[in-house]
Amino acid sequence: MSKYIVNSAAEQQEMLDELGYGSFEELFRKAGVKVQAEVDLPAGVTEYEAYEDMRNLAKKNRIFKHVFRGAGSYKHYIPSVVKNIVSRNEFVTAYTPYQAEVSQGVLQGIFEYQSEMCELTGMDVSNASVYDGGSAAAEAVMMCVDKKHHKILLSKGINPQYRAVVKTYHQFSEDIVIEEFNGDFEVDDDTAGIFVQNPDFYGNIIDVAAVKEKAGKAKVVVIANPLALAMIEAPGHLGADIVVGEGQQLGMPMSFGGPYLGFMTTKKDMVRKLPGRIVGQTTDKDGKRCYTLTLQAREQHIRREKASSSICSNEALCAFTAAVYLAAVGPEGLYEVADTSFQMAHYMADRLSEIGFETVNKGPFFNEFVSECPIDAGELFKHLYARDVLPGLLLSNNRILWCATEVNSKEEIDWLIDVIKEVL
Amino acid sequence: MEVREELKYTKTHEWVRDLGDGVYEIGITDFAQSELGDIVFINLPAADDEVTAEETLGDIESVKAVSDIYSPVSGVVCEINEEVVDAPEAINNTPYEAWLIRVKDVTDTVELLDAAQYQEVCEHE
Amino acid sequence: MSLIFEISRKGRRCAQFPDRKVHQYELPENLTRKQLDLPEVAEVDLVRHYMGLSRLAFGVDNGFYPLGSCTMKYNPKVNEEVAALEGFNEIHPLQPASTVKGALEALKQLQDALCELTGMDAMTLKPAAGAHGEFTGMQIVKKHFVASGHPERNEVIIPDSAHGTNPASAAMNGLKVVAVKSNENGGVDLDSLREAVGEHTAALMLTNPNTLGLFDENIEEITRIVHEAGGLCYYDGANLNAVMGLVRPGDIGFDVIHLNLHKTFSTPHGGGGPGSGPVGCKAFLAKHLPDPVIGENGFEYSEDSIGSVRSFYCNFLVCMKALTYIKVMGSDGLKLASENAVLNANYLLSRIKDIYDVSYDRVCMHEFVLGLQRLKDETGITAKDIAKGLLDFEIHPPTMYFPLIVHEALMFEPTETESRETLDRCAEVLRHLHDLAYSDPAYYEGVPHTTVVSHVDEVTAARNPILKYEK
Repeated sequence: MSKYIVNSAAEQQEMLDELGYGSFEELFRKAGVKVQAEVDLPAGVTEYEAYEDMRNLAKKNRIFKHVFRGAGSYKHYIPSVVKNIVSRNEFVTAYTPYQAEVSQGVLQGIFEYQSEMCELTGMDVSNASVYDGGSAAAEAVMMCVDKKHHKILLSKGINPQYRAVVKTYHQFSEDIVIEEFNGDFEVDDDTAGIFVQNPDFYGNIIDVAAVKEKAGKAKVVVIANPLALAMIEAPGHLGADIVVGEGQQLGMPMSFGGPYLGFMTTKKDMVRKLPGRIVGQTTDKDGKRCYTLTLQAREQHIRREKASSSICSNEALCAFTAAVYLAAVGPEGLYEVADTSFQMAHYMADRLSEIGFETVNKGPFFNEFVSECPIDAGELFKHLYARDVLPGLLLSNNRILWCATEVNSKEEIDWLIDVIKEVL
Repeated sequence: MEVREELKYTKTHEWVRDLGDGVYEIGITDFAQSELGDIVFINLPAADDEVTAEETLGDIESVKAVSDIYSPVSGVVCEINEEVVDAPEAINNTPYEAWLIRVKDVTDTVELLDAAQYQEVCEHE
Repeated sequence: MSLIFEISRKGRRCAQFPDRKVHQYELPENLTRKQLDLPEVAEVDLVRHYMGLSRLAFGVDNGFYPLGSCTMKYNPKVNEEVAALEGFNEIHPLQPASTVKGALEALKQLQDALCELTGMDAMTLKPAAGAHGEFTGMQIVKKHFVASGHPERNEVIIPDSAHGTNPASAAMNGLKVVAVKSNENGGVDLDSLREAVGEHTAALMLTNPNTLGLFDENIEEITRIVHEAGGLCYYDGANLNAVMGLVRPGDIGFDVIHLNLHKTFSTPHGGGGPGSGPVGCKAFLAKHLPDPVIGENGFEYSEDSIGSVRSFYCNFLVCMKALTYIKVMGSDGLKLASENAVLNANYLLSRIKDIYDVSYDRVCMHEFVLGLQRLKDETGITAKDIAKGLLDFEIHPPTMYFPLIVHEALMFEPTETESRETLDRCAEVLRHLHDLAYSDPAYYEGVPHTTVVSHVDEVTAARNPILKYEK
């Protein structure tokens, strides 16, 4: 038997007989099921064979030695201790912590995550996470709109993938209008929220305080890079009403795009508009401090057709990973990761401009920047792929969005410049 | 379950107290609070907002559910009970003292029930 | 237990990072952050803190978890090892397709297997969870009618026994929810359904077996009624674990389906996620699937797509775990899993149904729902009391107070990965708890008695929310 089924064939037969069915066919017939499927899948194999098969598939993927591509997914060093802790079976195989009595570990872990995200973003409350950066932005739309305000303004500086998700989510909602702006925006009586990304998709650090000032009564939503927040001022300290973003940088591998971590934080007075699960501190019958899922009446599956969110579950283990990562690196470590990424990106921009790749960013940037490629980028990329380099992301107009992080070194960048020179 | 003679009621479990001069006080009934259980939060309109009969005027949150509060009257909110907003457990403790809003300039009301009629509604739920 | 912030000591460090010897660049002063207060701990402190938390958590690996409608089956360890492979972890989602052939092939294999298993023609792996899948599925339904010139079809029919996510997913896409009643057998009431369908019907959203754990005997009649009225049929795959290899939703009239890889296909729940909620559909709807889809040559885009519902492609590592599981199980193993899931549920029910009332007394599928109203009336002991009592015996409680149409509901789903002894013991404990309700109701004061905390004050938590650590 096996296949993770515990009872032996003989035991199964005994149980069927005891119940008076004699066979599975009879059991299903009595349950009202007309069995009719013929499923054409291969027969099962041993774990060893399945693992080999999967390993061969994994081997067909190319792991680039030198990665200079970001654009929403970043290669960072993940301390071993983080991977070790989050692989504990008690966390991995638990369900959503509805039963607080046996879920204090998961609940406290999420409470610590919420606390850390509030600190990073400078906000009062955090939820227990959503799917990813894109869905976090889409969910924030519903927090802004109300009966009198329907219009959402999206900066074109926002990651195009996030903008696409926001538009898809709300395309069938009669009460939400999504518009995009380039650089400057105008608010009117109908404007519910202004969405900006900081640093934006092209790496630029933007003036959140100025956005807030211009937004008037409309909500300001900042899509933040949590790593950058070790260096740049927290959006909450600059007037943001909601901060959302992608948390993959905090201890999750690139893993071809998922699972990642959508985070959402906001001000205290908007807590009941915050979607998803939230953990709160309380006490038990003996007055002992403990934690529980709270404000559950807001939740989508409880509100049913009155819901104002499309999220039910969350990415708990990813949130937990981020919490462990933040504690493992601490404030100094997080600053080091951010600052090294910043230094490497700036060094790379300077070295690239020396060889004719003009930097497009005019103001300050974090760890991503855009440069004009002086030769056909397609040709350059072919050359770089052959040298085990994943270069920046090719944008339109032969421009390249580069990224550097703490896993890159000065020597590696110097080497990259030499390799590029070979085709100039 | 308590139903007070001097009040009027709605089928959706709100009570209405006529304060005279066209001003009405609105709350939720003892039956409603006991069905909801521990009330943790209440969301009300602001002063000067208009409310419309039969439409929602706000919502009330217990540990496990959020329920709409329907306005028994059309008019303008002249006062909200800040004490209840701060301590919504008052609705559980004294539902007929813990009024939610007062409405003036009332132009319309839903069909209101007297105590006996309302008692009957509750018995059928 | 202390919070990580409370064991923090200034200047302590765990992870170290190399000095890259470039320090000449500076951020403008006005943009610079002045203060960041995160925990500062040494590695051993960190490990002991989280080991402490792990002792306060309860997963399938700790004990029996018969949580109805959640399919808490055992999560095979080989899945985790596969998901940790470097070739899956160290690839960037925006790498050229020619450099991620293995990933694309693996996803295609999973897509094809799920299509075959459900009788669908096309599948997207994009949605990150069940509710996300429902949302995506409802977008496809809405898009279909808007694109085909029938925007007036804006009603979704949902049985009163449905998961709360169903009406929410429909409403979030501007669709109106029409509820239909259940009949005396716990299935969809056909007359109510006939009355509910019409020229405004966009879709019926159905879970089958339903949330009562019952297979709807009229299923083909139900989908026929909806189709004849011009609507589509949506299958909520929450309960697919009962019918793998036995019934394919696509063969019994369903047009759109979502699955939960974290339920049916053994990927762990992770304390609430990450999951994965693939959406399948019939060929005529395939052009509306979210961008991109994986075709023969990698990612493909459709002009008629609903758009994108998340960044990048999918919860890739979760998909790799599910694919590993499907390879190990094969068509034979998956069928056997469903057969045993149904057998185990009926076996457990048979051991307790002489004393507990079952909501609908029929042969159940992979789960069943008890209604404890009589027990409550006779003893004052509630469904919650019994559920919390199970905790004293290291059994995770079943789903409580759901579905909403059963009073004092307890929903048990034992899954196929539990032994006969585990089921026998659970039945014994349930019988014991039932006895106590009559013989020693005082036991229930302050139940559970053996857990680290008990009677957590949810009311104060919601009235005066404390949602983060304050010094």
